[in-house]
Amino acid sequence: MWAVTGAQMTASALVSLRNVGKIFPSGLVALADYDLDVRQGEILTLLGPSGCGKSTVLRLISGLSSPTAGSIDWSAPQIKNNIGFVFQDATLLPWASVFNNVFLPLRLSGLSRETASARVDEALAHVGLLDFSRSLPRELSGGMRMRCAIARALVTHPALIMMDEPFAALDEVTRFKLNDDLLTLKRRLSATIVFVTHSVFEAAYLSTRIIVMSRRAGRIIDEIEIDPAIARDDDYRSSKTFAEACRRASHALRVSIEEATR
Amino acid sequence: MSKKRRTIQWRDIGAPFAVFFAALALWEALVRWKNVPPYILPAPSVVFEKLIEDRELLFSSLMVTLGVTFEALVVATICGVALALLIAQSKWLERALLPFAITLQVTPIIAIAPLLLVYMQPGNAVLVCAFLVAFFPILSNTSLGLASVDFGLRDLFDLYHASPWQKLIYLRLPSALPQFLTGLRIGGGLALIGAIVAELAAGASGQGTGLAYRIVEAGFRLDIPRMFAALALISLSGLAIYGALAALSYVLLRGWHESARADQE
Repeated sequence: MWAVTGAQMTASALVSLRNVGKIFPSGLVALADYDLDVRQGEILTLLGPSGCGKSTVLRLISGLSSPTAGSIDWSAPQIKNNIGFVFQDATLLPWASVFNNVFLPLRLSGLSRETASARVDEALAHVGLLDFSRSLPRELSGGMRMRCAIARALVTHPALIMMDEPFAALDEVTRFKLNDDLLTLKRRLSATIVFVTHSVFEAAYLSTRIIVMSRRAGRIIDEIEIDPAIARDDDYRSSKTFAEACRRASHALRVSIEEATR
Repeated sequence: MSKKRRTIQWRDIGAPFAVFFAALALWEALVRWKNVPPYILPAPSVVFEKLIEDRELLFSSLMVTLGVTFEALVVATICGVALALLIAQSKWLERALLPFAITLQVTPIIAIAPLLLVYMQPGNAVLVCAFLVAFFPILSNTSLGLASVDFGLRDLFDLYHASPWQKLIYLRLPSALPQFLTGLRIGGGLALIGAIVAELAAGASGQGTGLAYRIVEAGFRLDIPRMFAALALISLSGLAIYGALAALSYVLLRGWHESARADQE
C-alpha cells in the first residue's frame, strides 16, 4: 500500500522541475535545488507550513513566476499553454456574471460567445452552477464562488490544474462537499491536479501522492503515496489507510516546523 | 422587506428637506419680525418672487453656465482618462507628466483666470478654467483605479496570456470604474465652481453672460434679491450635477461594487 520514494524522474512525468531555485528580489530564498515530477493523472498535494514555497511551486509551474535557477521541463509543450488555476480566493470578476466569468479564458483565447457557449455550459454543469449562470458573484455563497472558479479552470479542458488552497476559507461541511465534488470531477475529466493545502486531513483524503515540504527553501521532507484505486468516501475517512497517511503527514509536518525553528 | 426599504428611503429624503424648509421658514420669520430691508437681506419669499420675475434673464444665464460646465466636464473626462491611461503604461510617463498636472491643480484658479482672459476670448477662458479644476480629480482617481487592480485577477489574465488590450478592456477599465466615477462626481462639482470663478473674473471686466456675471451685475445695482436668486440657481445646479453623477455611479456599480451595495442594504 505504501511506497515512499525520492524525487526521481519518471517516464510518465507531465512536468519535471530540476534543481529549481527561486530567490525573490528582497533576497528571500523561497526554493533551492528543488526537484519534482508531476505525474500524469495524479492528484499531487503539496503540504507544508506557511512560507515553505508551496504556492511558489504552483506559480513556477504555471508560468506566473520564473525560476532563478534550474529548469522546468514539459512532456508536451501544449500542456504548458493550457493550465487551469484555482486561486485561494475565488478571484472572480465582480462585475461579470457567472457565465461571463467562466467564459473569460475562452474569450481571451479569441473564441466568440456563440462558439464558447456550449463549453461554458458544460463546465457550469460539471460544478452544478448551470442554473446560476446569470448571477453575479456577490449573489453566490463562498462555496458556489469557488465552484465558479473551478468551472473557469475547467472550461479550457486543461491537462493540468493547479489549486492553491482553494477551500481554505470555507467551512468544514462545504469543504468536505467540495472535496467530494473535486474527486468526482477528477474521475470524469482525468486531468492531473496539483493541490496545495495546510490541512493534513484534506491532503490525505484527496491525494494519490503527498509531498511534505520544509520551511527551509522548500526541501522535501517526505513523500507519501496513497493507492489511487482506494475509493474516497466516508468509509475511507475512518480507514487505517487514511489514519496512517494523516499520521505520517503530521509527523513530517512536525519535523518541518522543528527544523524551521532550530 | 420592500416596505421597510421604502420607509428608509422616505426618511433619507425627508430629513434634509425638513431641515431645509425649517431653515427657510426661520429666515423668513426673522426678516419679517426684524423688518430687515431687502437690500440688506431679502426674505426667501422675495428671492423666490425675483426668481419668477427675472426667470428669462436668469434662465438664459443658467444655460450659459451649465453649457460651459458640461463642455468642460466632457473635455476633462476625455483628457483625464486619456492621460491616466498613458500614465498607467509607464512609470517614466507618470514621472514626466504628473508634476505638470499637479502644478495646474495646486495653482488657484482665481489667479489663473485673469491671465487666461488676457490671451483668450472670455467664453474660451471660462471653459479652460472650468476644465482645469475638473481635470485633476478625474485624472488622479482614474490613475488610482487603473493601478489598483486585484493581484489575483492580474495573475489570472497573465495565466491565460491576455494581451495588453484585453487586460485594459476586460480588467483594468472595469476595475477603475468606481474610482473614475468618484473623480467624475468631484470633477462635476468643481467644473461648476471653475466656470463660476472664471465668469466672476470675466464679469469684473465687463464681459460674460453666465450666472456669476448676473451676480456681479446685480451687486453693482444693489439688487440683492437677484444676487440671491442667481446664487440659489448655482446651488441647485451644483446639487443637480452631483445628484445626476451619483445616480450614474449607482446605476453602473449597482449589484457588484461595495459603494453601491451599501446604499441597497
